[in-house]
Amino acid sequence: MGYSIKDYIRKRFFPHIWCPGCGHGIILNNMLRAIAELGISKNEIVMVSGIGCSSRISGYVDFHSLHTLHGRALAFATGVKLSRPNLYVIVPMGDGDALAIGGNHFIHACRRNIDLTAIVMNNRIYGMTGGQFSPLSGKEIKATTAPYSNVDPSFDTVNLAIAAGATFVARTTTYHFNEIKEYIKKAITHKGFSVVEILTQCPTHFGRRNNLGGPVDMLKFFRDNTALLGSKKIKQNPDLIPRGIFVEKQLPEYTEEYERIKKRVKQK
Amino acid sequence: MVGMEDVIPSQIHKGSFMKKIEHKIIREWCKGCGICVEFCPKKVLQLDDEEKVVVRYPEKCTGCRVCEYRCPDLAIEVLVEKEDEKQAA
Ligand SMILES: Cc1ncc(C[n+]2csc(CCOP(=O)(O)OP(=O)(O)O)c2C)c(N)n1
Ligand code: SF4
Ligand code: SF4
Ligand code: SF4
Repeated sequence: MGYSIKDYIRKRFFPHIWCPGCGHGIILNNMLRAIAELGISKNEIVMVSGIGCSSRISGYVDFHSLHTLHGRALAFATGVKLSRPNLYVIVPMGDGDALAIGGNHFIHACRRNIDLTAIVMNNRIYGMTGGQFSPLSGKEIKATTAPYSNVDPSFDTVNLAIAAGATFVARTTTYHFNEIKEYIKKAITHKGFSVVEILTQCPTHFGRRNNLGGPVDMLKFFRDNTALLGSKKIKQNPDLIPRGIFVEKQLPEYTEEYERIKKRVKQK
Repeated sequence: MVGMEDVIPSQIHKGSFMKKIEHKIIREWCKGCGICVEFCPKKVLQLDDEEKVVVRYPEKCTGCRVCEYRCPDLAIEVLVEKEDEKQAA
């Protein structure tokens, strides 16, 4: 296709700040491919992020962007969407940002079914602050705050999002670059709250501390330990992490419901 | 700061399907992570002495763009001449 994703970035901030082989860059790359293929104008997109290595992504894109508070990206995004419902609002978050400090905003955004696109960049660690465990780390993982290994079980982002009411829920990994593009395209066009969880590598803190090798090895782990929903591979080995679209359904959307109530009140 | 004009002009070559293929590499953006090198299906790419990507075996390249799509640093772009352009030329 005749586009260059370089038309969608702020080149003056490159090379970006992320470590060599950090998966966040692969997400940026393929999210931009998704947007380019959808052909949405840069002026119609607002990217809202919180704080974290992942959240730096909003600084690199040439859209309207808001770099807000840790865990509060969805709250700011809700405000943007309510005031300008015609804009596409995309909210990339780290696993800590989305599901630790921001967990409450996350479940309530799901429940409201507000038309935002949440992208959970899940590296199972607090990268920016030096490798503390997050609610996605899981048992037996080593972190600066769990040097002898973590005892907390982890959330399953997909199950959490579904239970809380999100109407589009998908998961993939940074190995599967075309799935990132396809799921983000669907999530952006979906009317309602969409969640795309992308398993991504933090070689610097998660990989190193857990002896997982470098970025190449971590990508191979995603390749070998995940499988598409309904595939033969996952039927033969149900322990693999499932990828794919888990939920895609239509329910009343928050800003439209809000407009409906406004109209009704004005008619009286 | 690097603008597109600073892209290292890489050799334009005939890949394995005799399509005209060009790798546009922004050398200063490449962090030498090795992802493109490892996952290139044809083992076309290598890291040089400065840990920057180079196109070592251009004649084997199929223009699949897997290296471009997996690069975390947006440092590599593959331009593949389309069939109809070839006929027009
Ligand atoms: C209110 C508040 N609490 C704590 C912090 C410190 N802090 C900054 S980033 C971060 C966690 C980052 O982890 P994650 O969201 O998973 O993103 P990553 O860096 O791994 O991409 C924390 C705890 C902060 N900036 N603000
Ligand atoms: S610390 Fe981890 S998450 Fe942060 S840029 Fe480095 S590799 Fe990426
Ligand atoms: S994937 Fe990108 S950053 Fe990594 S070695 Fe290749 S060109 Fe360089
Ligand atoms: S386009 Fe495909 S074959 Fe050519 S260098 Fe990139 S990954 Fe290798």
